[in-house]
Amino acid sequence: MAAHEITFEPDDRYNAFLTTCKKAPHGDGKLGGIAVAVKDNISTRGIETTCGSKILKGYIPPYDAHVVELLKKSGAAIAGKTNMDEFGMGTTTENSAFGPTLNPCDTTRVPGGSSGGSAAAVAAGMVRMALGTDTGGSIRCPAAFCGIVGLKPTYGRVSRYGLIAYANSLEQIGPMAQNVSDVSLLMQVISGHDRRDTTSYTRPYTHTPSPDIKGIKIGVPQEYFGAGVDRNVAEVTKRAIFRLEELGATTVPCSIPSMEYALAAYYVTCTSEASSNLARFDGVRYGPAADTKKSWHDAYREVRESGFGTEVRRRIMLGTFALSSGYYGKYYAKAQVARENIKKDFSRIFSDVDVIAGPTMPTIAFKLGEKSDPLSMYLADILTVPANLAGIPAISLPCGKVEGMPVGLQIMGKPFEDERVIDVAYAYEQAVG
Amino acid sequence: MVTEKEVQHIAGLADIGITTEELGTFTSRFNEILDYFDVLDRVQGEGPASCDLSNVMREDIVEPSLPQEEVLKNAAAQEDGFIKAPRVM
Repeated sequence: MAAHEITFEPDDRYNAFLTTCKKAPHGDGKLGGIAVAVKDNISTRGIETTCGSKILKGYIPPYDAHVVELLKKSGAAIAGKTNMDEFGMGTTTENSAFGPTLNPCDTTRVPGGSSGGSAAAVAAGMVRMALGTDTGGSIRCPAAFCGIVGLKPTYGRVSRYGLIAYANSLEQIGPMAQNVSDVSLLMQVISGHDRRDTTSYTRPYTHTPSPDIKGIKIGVPQEYFGAGVDRNVAEVTKRAIFRLEELGATTVPCSIPSMEYALAAYYVTCTSEASSNLARFDGVRYGPAADTKKSWHDAYREVRESGFGTEVRRRIMLGTFALSSGYYGKYYAKAQVARENIKKDFSRIFSDVDVIAGPTMPTIAFKLGEKSDPLSMYLADILTVPANLAGIPAISLPCGKVEGMPVGLQIMGKPFEDERVIDVAYAYEQAVG
Repeated sequence: MVTEKEVQHIAGLADIGITTEELGTFTSRFNEILDYFDVLDRVQGEGPASCDLSNVMREDIVEPSLPQEEVLKNAAAQEDGFIKAPRVM
């Protein structure tokens, strides 16, 4: 299978990679010889996989994630593993234990997160394509901040086997590239059923993008242009949607009232799932050694204090609290009601429109160090988390600039209509050239 | 409002060590976030109904798995082909 190899020695001035594969073997096929970067929370046999965390420093997976098997089968060369917020917990890639990634458009700014390394590697031209993962916007946010294209597929379309879990019910692996055609090509390779992921559907993606969007109806939610959204970002996005109208689409205003609860519902859900998922990191089967002479509570506590960063420990504790006796009803149960309301809002709107459009992020990329308290960082995810809560496909593509920094247009679609989301993005991209 | 003592209790439940210096900041950040989560008190409606999906069962078939040495490769402490864990008693 791996009949050839490429040499991959990029000038990584942005700290996009945690590991690079100097000699990357590859075979023939759809992605024959194309260098693809893989986010460091996706298991790669024989290549260190850390999730951006000290607690997995030195961990060499003994097997490949399903998507990595598919990449290899298609002839891709695995060029390296990209930097990320520790376990995907962050919106800037500053939470990596191995230092922040810088935004190639302006190195005083963050690339977004948590797939910031993948976005920077693509934006800087180090690789043509990359895999990211998106739990609450972690593909779309860095795509928007770095001026590239990133798709969060419908939940269940891409196998999560071998993805080191953070919040299972929300996250998907997805493609990132400089243009919609490459995102579509990579999606062709990684989608499809895998019996090792119990939430995997038999819905392979075989689509080739078409720029014809005549008659498509676009919903424009007022919440995506309201309080908290930078006026200039809103303006650039509105112009992009107007461009889609010129191409034959129609637009209608709509409203997602449940957005009021979306962010809280998201953070309660993801931290609850994280508190369970991250219990496995205890220094016994992998990671820095637990002191086997101590009692297990003491040994685990020590390993997890020195191995996990502040934000990871905060989220594990928030989730532990939200699930604890006496608080479950107030937090976790209510978050699931809110999540249901969000799904209902989307399905009501989608009974009338084909796609929903708005900005990906409420602002342009932050300055490094700008978001110093966790809550203000969480609030930046308000426009991306709804798609994860509802499990629907959503893409971010560049649609203009504010203060010289890229702005992302977000297109969300009905479940399993990733193809239509791709087409609308492709139509815009082709029209603006 | 959660107190420093409660934050310490939660950290204990999760086997997360936090230092005395960190405790104050952890507690105040925790409270800011929990204040924000209070918006959920206003949520009306019902939780997810049991959906129309059913379990997909498969036969229990013995298949090749990772060899023992591969599984042990990442474990820091081993003894006689087993992974060594901290004391339980």
